[in-house]
Amino acid sequence: MNGINTGDTAFVLFATALVMLMTPGLALFYAGMVRRKNVLSTTMHSYVAVVIVSLQWILIGYTLAFGKDISGLIGNFQFAGLNGVGFAPNPDYAATIPHQAFMLFQMMFAIITPALISGAIAERMKFMAFVVFLVLWTTLVYDPLAHWVWGVHGWIRDFGALDFAGGDVVHISSGVSALVAAIMLGGRKRKKAVTPHHIPMTMLGAGILWFGWFGFNAGSALGINSLALNAFVTTNTSAAASAIAWAVCEYIHRKKVTSLGVASGAVAGLVAITPGAGFVSPLASILIGLIGGAICFSSVTFLKSKIGYDDALDAFGCHGIGGIWGGIATGIFAWKGINAAGDNGLIHGNIALVGKQLVGIGATIVYAAVVTFLILLVIKKVIGLRVSDEEEQAGLDVSSHGEDAYGGLN
Amino acid sequence: MSEKLTKIDIITSPSKFDDLKDALNEIGVAGMTVSNVLGCGMQKGHKEYYRGNTVEMNLLQKVKVEIVVSDIPVKEVVEVAKKVLHTGNIGDGKIFVYEVQNVIRVSTGDEGKAALQYRDK
Repeated sequence: MNGINTGDTAFVLFATALVMLMTPGLALFYAGMVRRKNVLSTTMHSYVAVVIVSLQWILIGYTLAFGKDISGLIGNFQFAGLNGVGFAPNPDYAATIPHQAFMLFQMMFAIITPALISGAIAERMKFMAFVVFLVLWTTLVYDPLAHWVWGVHGWIRDFGALDFAGGDVVHISSGVSALVAAIMLGGRKRKKAVTPHHIPMTMLGAGILWFGWFGFNAGSALGINSLALNAFVTTNTSAAASAIAWAVCEYIHRKKVTSLGVASGAVAGLVAITPGAGFVSPLASILIGLIGGAICFSSVTFLKSKIGYDDALDAFGCHGIGGIWGGIATGIFAWKGINAAGDNGLIHGNIALVGKQLVGIGATIVYAAVVTFLILLVIKKVIGLRVSDEEEQAGLDVSSHGEDAYGGLN
Repeated sequence: MSEKLTKIDIITSPSKFDDLKDALNEIGVAGMTVSNVLGCGMQKGHKEYYRGNTVEMNLLQKVKVEIVVSDIPVKEVVEVAKKVLHTGNIGDGKIFVYEVQNVIRVSTGDEGKAALQYRDK
């Protein structure tokens, strides 16, 4: 049957569904952290990503990312509208599963990446501005980046930088773009008075993210093999180690371990292991998680207040910083003993990989930041980015959506 | 000692609450009790939509601010609230003024005007 392995296919389709669930999980994670009056607006950001990218991907997104390479920079239009994307495998990417399965799996990554950015712009961005931003960002930032890092003859891939499941493509890109957006939008008014309105919702969201991340990382092996299993182990391990590290940092800082801290720590660990899940050993993933948790805690607790940007839900602090650390950590801990098709990192005697990782990371940061800045600049000039002061005070649920999340009297 | 204790309730739209809180702080009102309430008055309701069906909402989301003052003149509080909340349309809100029999600070046993005052440490 075309060389299709039913076990691999069932696994990848299952992983696809797991990753899809991560976006509603992200919606819960973020929505619990905002004020009651903005819970629906925040939830909407994630669901808007699902519905828009679902269409954009099958029309042009997939082909731009994974079509035949043009100069190492972008794919051609051979797969536009899923032309040529059928049941038969695409051996360039995954020889044992249907081409459609690969396309679908990748779609879920394209969906969650712009949703992550919504964390930085929560509680103050115009809805239409966000929608337009999303369409432009996924086409002009995500699709080219995915091509550079994962596409056949993509220049970062050919250069030799490693990104197993999306440290660059998903986390650094969204994290850095989030920082740019937070700065361009300006801070929320009276943000010092903001407290999360529903932490149980956030905890549930974090749990769903952790659950879905097994699909995100292990599924990126695109089949049932040693890499998938290794990625499964390292993913869980890094999350756990990072949660512990964050909790310890919290205790040292304020003598209290919070549930929000444990949840945030776990997410940071999941981010940090993403680029290296199929390249590093389980023991290495403990270190990656511990250090990632501590670094992300510091950036969320100290860096943000010192510099003063309002990255409302720590999209940059967790995904940007976590992704950067993860990329560098991959350069340190990668081992051919885990993945013969990968590379050896610093501790296995190869200094070059760290350099390659830094190039990939640097290119991602610069490209994402610059293009995001330009997109937002254009939107700002045409329709404006921010709601009015009165709309912000009343809350975006009622101002932008005419909706009341928690109903009336009874 | 003629010390009048006065309670002032201000009921207004959530979209003006932050401005009101800041303005009250500026004239020296430090303590307040705030609650989310549902209420209606002249506003017959605004339309909300649930899956395409209009629903007539007779009770609207409001914020209720309760403060008790003695030293700060009641007139000043009322003027500040009016200034911040006024748009001229229905839905600006209402202010209620009451006499208070007594105020007791539980931690020290202070009563009356003294219970409202904060000594600088």
